[in-house]
Amino acid sequence: MTMIDLQVHHPWRSYVLEAKYEFLRLWRTPSFVLPSLLFPAVFYTMFGVLLGGSRGSSGMASYMLATYGVFGIMGAALFGFGVSIAIERERGFLKFKRALPMPPGALLIAKMVMAMLFAALISLILALIAIMLAGVELSLLQWLLLFAVNVLGVLPFCALGLWIGTLIGGQAAPAVVNLLYLPMAFLSGLWMPLSILPSFIGTLAPIWPSHHLAQIALKVVGRDAGNSVWLHFGVLAVITLACFVLARRRLAVAD
Amino acid sequence: MFMSNPTALASLRGASKSYRTQIALDGIDLELHGGELLALLGPNGAGKTTAIGLLLGLLNADAGEVRLFAESPQSLRARRGAGVMLQNAGIPETLDVSELLELTRSYYAQPRSVADCVALAGLDGLLDRRYGTLSGGQQRRVQFALALCGRPRLLFLDEPTTGLDIEARQGLWKAIRELVEQGCAVLLTTHYLEEAEALADRVVVLNKGRVVAQGSVAEIRAHVAQRRIRCVSTLAPLAIAEWPDVRSATGTDGRVEIIADSAETVVRRLLAEDKDLRDLEVQRAGLAEAFIELTKEAA
Repeated sequence: MTMIDLQVHHPWRSYVLEAKYEFLRLWRTPSFVLPSLLFPAVFYTMFGVLLGGSRGSSGMASYMLATYGVFGIMGAALFGFGVSIAIERERGFLKFKRALPMPPGALLIAKMVMAMLFAALISLILALIAIMLAGVELSLLQWLLLFAVNVLGVLPFCALGLWIGTLIGGQAAPAVVNLLYLPMAFLSGLWMPLSILPSFIGTLAPIWPSHHLAQIALKVVGRDAGNSVWLHFGVLAVITLACFVLARRRLAVAD
Repeated sequence: MFMSNPTALASLRGASKSYRTQIALDGIDLELHGGELLALLGPNGAGKTTAIGLLLGLLNADAGEVRLFAESPQSLRARRGAGVMLQNAGIPETLDVSELLELTRSYYAQPRSVADCVALAGLDGLLDRRYGTLSGGQQRRVQFALALCGRPRLLFLDEPTTGLDIEARQGLWKAIRELVEQGCAVLLTTHYLEEAEALADRVVVLNKGRVVAQGSVAEIRAHVAQRRIRCVSTLAPLAIAEWPDVRSATGTDGRVEIIADSAETVVRRLLAEDKDLRDLEVQRAGLAEAFIELTKEAA
C-alpha cells in the first residue's frame, strides 16, 4: 500500500473546488464581472443618489438601496447562472461534466454559491455607496438582514436562469435574458418607485418575481407596500421550485 | 435475458437508440476487456459516439442492456473507474491547466500525481497557462490529461486526434500505448483508419448503427483480399479498369493506381502490355480499403 492508497477520498473537496473554480472562472471574465458589479453601483449612484435626490435620511434613500440591491443580484443570478448554463450546454461542457464522476449536483451548487458570492459583493458595494454618498442610516440588524435578503434572494433567479438556460442556445441567451431582466426590473419598481409610475404598472407588479423579493428587502428598511412577508416568501418559493422542476425536465428531454 | 460476461469492463447487449425517427444504434453487442484497445470504426453517423454516450450513461438506451464495470453507467462508482475524452468538451477558457487538473483529480479516489499527468500527456510548461490561450493540439493534450488523471481502468477516447497534426497525433498514440501497457483498457472511436491500424488490438466496424465486422486489424483486412498496385505506365487507366480481376483503376500524369482482387494476373498483364513500365509497387490493401468495402456491402 502506498501513501496514496491510504488517503481517504473526500467528495466534499470536489464541492469546494467546483464552487471555487466556478467563481474564479467568472471572476476572470470581464464581460460578466463588469456589468454584474458596475451596473448596480452606477445605476444606484446615478438614479438613486444623484438624480433621485434621495440623499440624507429621507425614506427614498433606503428605498433605492433596497431595490437596487435586488436589481443587482438578479442580474448576477440570471447571467451567471442562466447564460452560463446555456453556453455550457451548447459547447458540450455539461455533457462532459456528466460523463465525469463529479459528485451529484456539484456543478449546480457551485453555480449557486458563485451567484451568492457575487450577490454578497454587490450588496457590500451598494452599502458603501449608500453610507458614503447617500447618507443612509440603518441599524446593524437592518444592514445584516438586507445583506441576507440579497445573498439568499439569488435562489429564485438562479432557478429561473437555469430554466431559461435549458430552453435557449448560448448565442441567444444574453439577449433573451436582457429582454426579461431589464423590463422586469423596471416594471417591478426597482429603478424608480412604483408610486411615481403609471398605476397599471403597480397593479401588474405582483406577477414579477423581482417585485416579491423587492418587497422583502423593502420590509427590512420599513418601506414596503404592507403585504405579509410570508406571501412574498411563498411566491418566491413556488417560482423557485417550478423553474427547477421545469429545468430538470428540459435537461432530461435534451438527451 | 442475456448475462453479461463477468470479465467485461463495459458492455452493450442488444443496445438500441433512436433520435426521433433516426436510428443511431440498432441492437448492437459490444464488449470491452481489461488491457485491450478496442477501436470503434465507422463513417460519420455510424453510431460510434452514441455507443460511447450509452456506456458513459450520457444517453439511455431504448432497448438492451448497458453495463459499466458490471453496474449501471449512471452509477458514480462505475464512472470513477473510467476516464473520458469527448469530441467537444467546452472546457472553461479562463481556468489554468493546473486548476482544471486539480478539480478533475478531486473526483477520483486515487488520482495520478500531477507530475505523472504532465509526463504522460506531455503538458510540460503548460500548467500555469489559461486553457483558452492554448493551441488546439495543446488543448487536446489537456483533455487527454483530464481523461487519465483519475487512474482509470478504462479510458473512453472519442476521436481523440481529430484536428491534430501528424506529430501531435503520434505523440498521443505513444501515450495511449503507454497506458495500455500499464493495463488500462481503451475504447477509441476514430475515422482515421491508420489510427486503428497503429493502436488497436481489436476493431469493431459500425455502419448505420450495426456492427458490420469485428476482429483483429489483420482479420478485418483479410475480409478483402484486395491488392493495391501502383506504377508509372503509358497504359490508359480506363482501359485497365476493364481487365478481369481489376476493381478500379485511376491515374494522373502516367501514375496509375489499381485495386485488384489478384495481384499476380494483373501485374503479369501490365508488364506484358507496357515494356517501359516502372516503379511497380504491390501492397496488401489497408484497413481503409477493407473498411470502404465493408460499409459498401452493408449499404
